[in-house]
Amino acid sequence: MEVRVQNIRKEFSRFPALNDVSLDIRSGELIALLGPSGSGKTTLLRLIAGLESPTEGTVYFGNEDASRKTVQERNIGFVFQHYALFRHMTVLDNVSFGLTIRPSGRRPAKAEIRKRALELLDLVQLSGLEKRYPAQLSGGQRQRVALARAMAVEPNVLLLDEPFGALDAQVRKELRRWLREIHDRTGHTTVFVTHDQDEALELADRVVVMSKGKIEQIGTPDEIYDTPNSPFVFGFIGQSNILPVRVENGQLWIKDHSIGVSAQGEADGPAQLYFRPHDIELLEGNGGCIAGIVTVTRRVAGTRHVELDIGGANSRVEIELPPEKVTADHSRVAFRPTRWKLFRD
Amino acid sequence: MTARTASLWQFRQPSVIPGFGLALGVTLSWLILIILIPLSGLAWRSSALGWSTFWALATDQRTINALRISFGTAFAAALINVVFGVILAWVLVRYRFPGKRIIDAMVDLPFALPTAVAGIALTTLYAPNGWIGSLLSPLGIKIAFTPIGIVFALVFVGLPFVVRTVQPIMEEIDKEVEEAAATLGANRFQTISRVLLPGLAPAVLTGFALAFARGVGEYGSVIFIAGNLPYVSEIAPLLIVIRLEEFNYPAATAIAAVMLIISFAMLLIINMIQAWSRRRYGYGA
Repeated sequence: MEVRVQNIRKEFSRFPALNDVSLDIRSGELIALLGPSGSGKTTLLRLIAGLESPTEGTVYFGNEDASRKTVQERNIGFVFQHYALFRHMTVLDNVSFGLTIRPSGRRPAKAEIRKRALELLDLVQLSGLEKRYPAQLSGGQRQRVALARAMAVEPNVLLLDEPFGALDAQVRKELRRWLREIHDRTGHTTVFVTHDQDEALELADRVVVMSKGKIEQIGTPDEIYDTPNSPFVFGFIGQSNILPVRVENGQLWIKDHSIGVSAQGEADGPAQLYFRPHDIELLEGNGGCIAGIVTVTRRVAGTRHVELDIGGANSRVEIELPPEKVTADHSRVAFRPTRWKLFRD
Repeated sequence: MTARTASLWQFRQPSVIPGFGLALGVTLSWLILIILIPLSGLAWRSSALGWSTFWALATDQRTINALRISFGTAFAAALINVVFGVILAWVLVRYRFPGKRIIDAMVDLPFALPTAVAGIALTTLYAPNGWIGSLLSPLGIKIAFTPIGIVFALVFVGLPFVVRTVQPIMEEIDKEVEEAAATLGANRFQTISRVLLPGLAPAVLTGFALAFARGVGEYGSVIFIAGNLPYVSEIAPLLIVIRLEEFNYPAATAIAAVMLIISFAMLLIINMIQAWSRRRYGYGA
């Protein structure tokens, strides 16, 4: 189901956690709310769920105003970071819970509930564990039970609050891929909160980057990574270098020399140059480049990270080179950014 | 070979926490001194009676009635305490209201108050000419000097046991579990009855066991309100004292031994139920 958030404002004891946030979530979409802690992403998720109520603004499920509805009436599925399983119930009872508590008119027959719960456990690859108690499962298994439990009520929208936050890296990665598969198979509209950019970029159809209670940018992972529209997004997603530069006659200058990057159409004046460590080309010679002295090199997986001191204040730059390119400490390296963005204060 | 014998005889596992031997030694000596020696003295004295004498003393009608009253009233009082103790703990954990700290402190009063004082106070209230008793006696309800009065006294002394065992576990309940139930469509009543209370079962059981054990052994508060009519409202601990005052040591020993056996069996069963539920729900695992 389509979910629309319109001009939502939420204050906690006069402190605004969300400030005029609007967001359209398309039916069947897998969308990530990404941001540092305190950015309001969890608050937004809980507002959609109805676990919090907005100070101002409206939440629509389809064309229906859901703002006045209670959590129970909204029929959502919510997965918590720490699973929040009912520990006195077996896995099967946990998954069936949402169906067994329905008023008798809307409650499926016992056998039907059992059948559906077992199907869901099969979907989350936990067949055969239905008689276990949550305490007897690993973290990854518990989170899969939590997901099955949330899906059992056939929710309008599936909301996941840092679902993999409490798991170790290996399990995280595995569950990430698996969640994508489940989503593709079931087609639930899904919103998940994360502070892990890899998770957001890898998993989501669209990513919503949030900061300080506001949405900074909404876009596909490619758009977010390749064309960040604010210094915050550029700095928060991936690695980045920031250099103070000057625009003069469509050329970029650092102090008194041109770095050989043309910025046609940019107004003259000071600006901040943002570029990613891998969006560079190495150059020979002296003119039209950024040159620096190697201070540290680190081998990180398939690339070599080289830190350069290019002189002057705020002058440390990190670039990525192919691993076979060995640079001695204190040697000189010259490069030019191939993809970059200017932001002005 | 030496390695093998060592591992066979190795009672303690290598551990980073030192002092296991010392701690266990102190624990065992203390248990022996405080609990085991007095109790084995009791067992030894009753075994000296011989089986047929013991059986005759233990199955004496007055003894059986006294035991029935003791265990029955303790059981009833523990059940009442479970219901109201859980409600009281819930109020103390969940709500903020003026005077909460005072109520919280009042819960412990039965621990500290001399039980005889409590017994006398309750008797004054519930006796046919007391404040509450005088209101009830025209309706034909008698509380003091009946088993009901005993239950009242035991409810008083047992309440803190339930509240103080349930309260910390209740405080640990994760807000997310309640929210999870709500997102799945559970209303408030369903959340409490199907999610929260079952999760508290092990703690409630512990509180019940403690209140029950306390009730079985209670003496001071009961003897004032019970009226102590033989066969009707005479508790087993009182009967033991009566037998002692008659210098009838064999009879006193026999009653004590029977109480000990029944209490031990009941507490053992409760403990086993607890261990089982703990294992299942993963408490303390």
